[in-house]
Amino acid sequence: MEYLLIFISAIFVNNIVLSQFLGICPFLGVSKKIDTALGMGAAVAFVLTLATIVTYLVQKWVLDPFGIQYLQTIAFILVIAALVQMVEIIMKKVSPALYQALGIFLPLITTNCAVLGVAILVIQKDYNLLQSVVYAFSTALGFGLALTVFAGMREQLALVNIPRGMRGMAIVLVTAGLLSLAFMGFSGVDGGLRVLFGID
Amino acid sequence: MNCFKILMNGIVKENPTFVLLLGMCPTLATTTSAVNGMSMGLATMFVLICSNLAISLIKSLTPDMVRIPVFVVVIASFVTILQMCLEAYLPSINKSLGIYIPLIVVNCIILGRAEAFACKNGPVASLFDGIGIGLGFTLALTVLGMVRELLGAGSVFGVVLLPETYNVLLFVLPPGAFITLGFLIAIVNKFKKA
Amino acid sequence: MKKLESSLTNMVVVLVAVAVITGGLLAWVNNFTAEPIRVQKELVLAEGIKSVMGVDDITVTEKDTITENVDGKDCEFVLHKVSDATGKFIGAAVESSSMGFGGDLKLLVGFDAEGKVLGYTVLQHSETPGLGAKADKWFQKDGKGNIIGRDLSDGKPLVVDKDGGDVDAITASTITTRAFLKAVNQAYAVYAGQDADASSGASKRAHSGEE
Repeated sequence: MEYLLIFISAIFVNNIVLSQFLGICPFLGVSKKIDTALGMGAAVAFVLTLATIVTYLVQKWVLDPFGIQYLQTIAFILVIAALVQMVEIIMKKVSPALYQALGIFLPLITTNCAVLGVAILVIQKDYNLLQSVVYAFSTALGFGLALTVFAGMREQLALVNIPRGMRGMAIVLVTAGLLSLAFMGFSGVDGGLRVLFGID
Repeated sequence: MNCFKILMNGIVKENPTFVLLLGMCPTLATTTSAVNGMSMGLATMFVLICSNLAISLIKSLTPDMVRIPVFVVVIASFVTILQMCLEAYLPSINKSLGIYIPLIVVNCIILGRAEAFACKNGPVASLFDGIGIGLGFTLALTVLGMVRELLGAGSVFGVVLLPETYNVLLFVLPPGAFITLGFLIAIVNKFKKA
Repeated sequence: MKKLESSLTNMVVVLVAVAVITGGLLAWVNNFTAEPIRVQKELVLAEGIKSVMGVDDITVTEKDTITENVDGKDCEFVLHKVSDATGKFIGAAVESSSMGFGGDLKLLVGFDAEGKVLGYTVLQHSETPGLGAKADKWFQKDGKGNIIGRDLSDGKPLVVDKDGGDVDAITASTITTRAFLKAVNQAYAVYAGQDADASSGASKRAHSGEE
């Protein structure tokens, strides 16, 4: 039940983009079309989960035993960058079809702060490995959800007449604000579920 | 190149927040008050200046193919130094900015300036570029923080200006960040065209 | 100066050099800041204990870390027993936490020897900014949900008005209020329990001067 709670809370209640403000750049950058949004979402889900597992192990097997936690930022960003590169190379060799679909998004992911953010957050929250994986995966799903919904809104937005000053990023940001407002409706849901499941 | 021109370029013409729209995560997340916005801006500026300077100094010693990893390591080191110093000497700022301090590493502004400016120009010009872009970022974050704090909590830099009845809590919450920035950009657009 | 070529040797040498230099630099800064960080943390805690006990001139005589099972989860409580300048036992400050609206809510609560709440301070919270964060002031002496001076030794925990208790909830933040009161109640339970099994509470209180 605890895992279900982490799952729901990471997707809806504490949505990574709309309430934690991580991964805003791809959220604003690759949300013009639903297709690309879905692709980006899938690529992030894959890398985020993998990166969280690897950084978690790096923290527990390398940084903690040697007492060099202060190298966390450097170690994590290098691991993530290397991992993204590796995934790209392997994917190209093993599954060209998948590479065709997700490949173009991979280089963008290194600078997606959601990946580094989640890696640091699971260490801060003191999660165990399984909890970290569930958290990472559901966070990525939350990212994909926000991205896809937002892309849908932007496709509609492209069809309407907008005052000149508001065109471009301005109206996009206001729309994102309204979406974030809608997601605030989920706040407290995790508390309710906790009562429902009897874990407080 | 004229140093003053580089400085103004960072603040006005290539303002990272209002014009280039870079580094959105800390911009939206840490501007719940003017003080928070300003401290985030200054923290980023510190890293930006240091990394710009360091990278322009080592640019000829770095083979092209390993350029990016080297830059990332340099930036990450400065971020870690900043993190440790804040924890030691300014714990309250460290507490209020939290996870967004280590995340300065992935702020696109810093790697962007390293790639676009520092690795092509000399140390002095890079230093001024760092100061200019840093000031532009700090300025934008402070303005955004001031507007949000005024509308949401009725105060600016902690000085109460509006009674509690007129506070619109929404503006210190996440949606307020998006909406406020959207309208500020619209205002900037208006002036740019005029 | 000409740019170094991207040959394998060059790349390896540069990467290793960068790694060694930054690693060394960070180790040095870490060494340099480790002491101030530790002092800073102790200072914050010491200040916190002073403010929740309401007395400036105090000494912490004993520090205990107690792990208790709360609702199936191990929670850590830290108990700081405090004496005043003359060495008289005046109570304890307890670090306690509970699940709030957005994450852990961590408090430091001060109790006097009889079990009255002397004061509290919020150590860490992830509540909605501006709303839940009001807990900082709300339950203080001049706040609307004042809990200072409440005697918990009669076995009745603090309960929010919405749940039939008598503590005013923070406007629109019942969950935060519940979490807050839960942390206070837990802190008292730990304080009382510790007192009891150390050397039967009553006698300890009577002979507190000896501590």
